Amino acid sequence: MKAIINYIKEVVGGIKTLINGMKVTGYYISHPKEIITQQYPENKDTLKMMDRFRGEVIMPHDENNEHACTGCEACEIACPNGTIEIISDRILNEETGKKKKTIVKFVYHLQMCTMCNLCIPACPTDAIKMGQNFEHAVFDRSKLTKVLNKPESKLRAGVED
Amino acid sequence: MKFDIYDFSVLTSSIHELLRSVMGETSVMITEMVIVGIVFLTLFSVLGLVLIYIERKVCAFFQQRLGPMRVGFWGTAQTVADAIKLLLKEPLMTKSADKFLFNLAPFIIIISSFMAIAAVPFALGLQALDLNIGVFYVTAISSIGVAGILIAGWASNNKYSLIGAIRSGAQIVSYELSVGLSILTIVVLTGSLQFSEIIESQRDGWWIFRGHIPAFIAFVIFLIAGTAETNRGPFDLAEAESELTAGFHTEYSGMKFAFFFLAEFVNMFIISAIGATMFLGGWMPLHFGELTSFNEIMDFIPPLFWFLGKTFFIIFIMMWFKWTFPRLRIDQLLTLEWKYLLPINLINILIMAFIVLMGWHF
Amino acid sequence: MSVKEVQNSKESQEYFVNMGPQHPSTHGVLRLLLTLDGETITNVEPHLGYIHRSIEKMCERDSYQQIVHLTDRMDYLSCHMNNEAVCLAVEKGLEMEIPERVKVIRTIISELTRLSSHQLWWGVMGMDLGAITSFLYGFRDREMITDIFEETCGARLTMNYNIPGGLMFDIPSNFQTKVKEFIIHFRKKLPEYDQLMTNNIIFRNRTEGVGILTKEDAISYGVTGPSGRASGWNNDIRKIKPYSAYDRVEFKEITYTKGDSFARYKVRIDEMWESMNIIEQLIDNIPEGNYKEKTRVVIKLPKTEIYQSVETARGELGVYINSDGKKSPYRVKFRSPGLSNLNALNSMAKGGKIADLVTIMSTIDLVIPDIDR
Repeated sequence: MKAIINYIKEVVGGIKTLINGMKVTGYYISHPKEIITQQYPENKDTLKMMDRFRGEVIMPHDENNEHACTGCEACEIACPNGTIEIISDRILNEETGKKKKTIVKFVYHLQMCTMCNLCIPACPTDAIKMGQNFEHAVFDRSKLTKVLNKPESKLRAGVED
Repeated sequence: MKFDIYDFSVLTSSIHELLRSVMGETSVMITEMVIVGIVFLTLFSVLGLVLIYIERKVCAFFQQRLGPMRVGFWGTAQTVADAIKLLLKEPLMTKSADKFLFNLAPFIIIISSFMAIAAVPFALGLQALDLNIGVFYVTAISSIGVAGILIAGWASNNKYSLIGAIRSGAQIVSYELSVGLSILTIVVLTGSLQFSEIIESQRDGWWIFRGHIPAFIAFVIFLIAGTAETNRGPFDLAEAESELTAGFHTEYSGMKFAFFFLAEFVNMFIISAIGATMFLGGWMPLHFGELTSFNEIMDFIPPLFWFLGKTFFIIFIMMWFKWTFPRLRIDQLLTLEWKYLLPINLINILIMAFIVLMGWHF
Repeated sequence: MSVKEVQNSKESQEYFVNMGPQHPSTHGVLRLLLTLDGETITNVEPHLGYIHRSIEKMCERDSYQQIVHLTDRMDYLSCHMNNEAVCLAVEKGLEMEIPERVKVIRTIISELTRLSSHQLWWGVMGMDLGAITSFLYGFRDREMITDIFEETCGARLTMNYNIPGGLMFDIPSNFQTKVKEFIIHFRKKLPEYDQLMTNNIIFRNRTEGVGILTKEDAISYGVTGPSGRASGWNNDIRKIKPYSAYDRVEFKEITYTKGDSFARYKVRIDEMWESMNIIEQLIDNIPEGNYKEKTRVVIKLPKTEIYQSVETARGELGVYINSDGKKSPYRVKFRSPGLSNLNALNSMAKGGKIADLVTIMSTIDLVIPDIDR
C-alpha cells in the first residue's frame, strides 16, 4: 500500500514541478513588453556608445588641422605587438632656425590592434584617444593600415612642455 | 443543425454532378482522385510553411526576442526563402552509403504522413476518407514512419546516425502503445471507430468535459505520448543537437533533408488533429447540453475555424513543452513509458469502462 | 580497456566515436575519443592543443605591463581575476603597498565577473541538456553586468583594467548606483532559475547520481574550484590565503558532500547568492584615495621566483614568475584550473551513457582556451 502511495506522490509531485517551470516561460510570452533585443541596422540613429568604449585609436585634430603628437614614440614602446609605427624626421623649423624631430606619418595597423588601451595613458601630450566606431569590416586588407595624422597638418603651438 | 450553411458536402456533390455530365464513370473517379491528390499536396506544403514560421515566432517570444523580421512583412516570407535555399543545395551522398535505401527513406516518411492526413476530418463534409475503422487506420498507418527513420539511420553508414535511429525506433514503438490506449478511452465512450460518428456524438458537449476525470487523465497522457511519437519536445534525443549533431538525418542535405523536416511538422499537425477530434470535438462548436441559445451563438462560427483553432491550441501546448524542458535520457524515456504511462493508462480504461457501465458520465 | 588494447584485440565489441573538435557542446575546440560498448562509455581520452597560442612564450618578450593583456584571453569569462593574479604577483615582487581603494574596487569587480561567468554557465548548461530557453535568460541577466564593465573600462569581454600598481582609470561616477540597481534586479531573477531548472523533475533525473567524484579522487587529481567543493574538499583560496579585500568581508564557503552533477550545480547557484552578499557589503563604503600607485615606466623585478594564486570562477589559477632582473620575465607559468578538472573526466564518465558525458562536461564548466593557453 505504501508503495502505491509513494508512486502517486511521485507522479503528482513531478507534474507540479513541470507546470511551475511552464509558468516562467508562459509569463514571458504573455508580456511582449519584456523583449530585450534591438534591431541593429535600423536603430543606428539612436545608438550611443559609452564614453570609454574602445573602438579604434584616433588622433583628434582641431579646426586649424593641428594635432598634438610630438613624435616621442612612447606609445610605440608601450604597444605589445607593434601595431603603431611612427615615421619621423629631423625637419628644419623655419621660425627658430633649428632642426627638430617632427612626425611624418603615424601608421596604425588596425588588423593587429588588440584594443588593450596601453598606448593612450602612455602619451604625454594626450595626442591619441579611443574612438567609438566599431564597424571595421572591409573587403580589402590594405584599408586596415591607417595613417592617423591628416596631410598638411602641423603640430599645435605650445604643446611640447 | 444550424451550421447547415457551412456544409461542404453541397460543394463536393455539385462538383461530382458537373463531372458526371461531362465524362464516364471511371474517368470521373480518376479525375476526382487527381483533384484530391493535388489539394492535399498543396495543403501539405502550405501547412509546412505556416507551421515552421509559427514555431520560429513562438520560440522567439518565449525567449524574449523577436524572431524572423526582415524577409517579408514581419518575416512571413522567411520559410519560402528557406525552401528555395534547400532546393538549390547539392544533394550529397557518401560513397559507402547504400544508394537505394538512402534515397528511399525520406519517401517512406512522407508517404506515411500523407496517408494519415487523408483520414482527418477538417470540417462538415470535408473529409477524404471516412472509413468505418477510421481510428484503427490512423494508428496503423503512423507506425510505418518508424521504418523510414530506421532505414535512414542504417543506410547512412555513420555511427552517429545509427545511434540516433535505434534510439528513435525504440522510442516510437513504445509510445504508440500509450497513444492507442488513450484514444481507446474515448472509443469506449462513443462506441464507434468512425470519425464522423465520434464527432456527431460530441454534439451535446465535448468529451473532455463530459468524461470528466478519466477523460482528462487520458488527454494529459495523449499529450505526453503524442510529443514522444513525433520525436519532439523533451523527447527529441533522436536528433539531439548538442549530443549527436543531428542524429539520423546527419548525412542528408538539400531536398531530402527538407522532407524529414517537413514530415516532422506535419506529423505534429496530425497528432494534434487526432487529439482535437477525439477529446475536444473536432469541428463541432462548443455546446453545453441544455443551453440552446448559447449553442446557436456558437454555431455562427464556421466549423473549419473551430477545427483549426483547436488544433493550433494543442500545437501551441506542444511547442511550450519543447522550449521549456530539458531532454530525457533514453533509459529514462523508456522507464517513463513502461513503468508510469502504461499502468496509469490501463487503470484509466478500466475506470472509464466502469463509468460508462454505470452511466456516470454527462 | 585503453585505446591500443581495443584496437589490437579481435573479440572486443567496443567501437570508437569521436566527439570531434567541432561539436556544439564541448565549449570550445576539444577532441574526445570515446570508446563505447553499445551506449555505455568505457574510456574517454581528451586530445588537446587545438587553440594553443603560446601565451607563456609571448610573456617572455613583453614587459610586465604588457603581460596583463595576454591573460585576458586565457579564461575569457573570468578575465578580471586573471589580470588581478598577474598584477598581484608583480606587486608582490616589487613589494608595493596598494591603496585600500584599489583593493576594494578589485574585489567588487572580481565578484561581478564571477557572477557573470556563472550566469553564462547556467545558460549553457540548460542548452546542453536541451532547454534552449535558459540560454537566452542567462545572457539577458549577464547583459547588465557587461554594460557596467563597458562603462567602467571600455570593453565587454577582454577588459585589461588592472595594471601593476592599481587600476587603469578610476571608476565612473554612476558605478555605485548601477551596481546596486543590478543587485536588486538579479535578486528577483535568481529564484526564476530555480523554478525553471533546479526543481524540474526531468533535470533532477538527468543530474542526480551522475558522474560521482569522491573526495579522495578530487584531492588526488587536484580538482579545485566549485567542482572540488561539491565533493567535500574545502579549497577556496579566498579563505585559505586571502588577497585584496577578502579578509574583511563575511561570506560562507559552500561545500556539498555527494559529489555528483547535481551537487556541482547547486554549489554554483549558491555561490551566486554569496557573491551578491559580498558585493552588497563592499559597495557602500569604497574608501577614498588614489586609484593607482606610481610605478616606473620600465618595471624591473629583482631576481626572484614569485607564486600567486587566485580563485577564479573555475578553480585556482596560479601565476609563477621567474625573473632575472631584466625588463621581461625569464619564465612565466600559469597553473590553469581547467587542465586539472579535465583530467578527472575519465573517472567520472566511466560506466555512464553519452548523454551523461554531456551533463558531466557542462557541470565541470570547462573553457578550452584556459586549458590550451
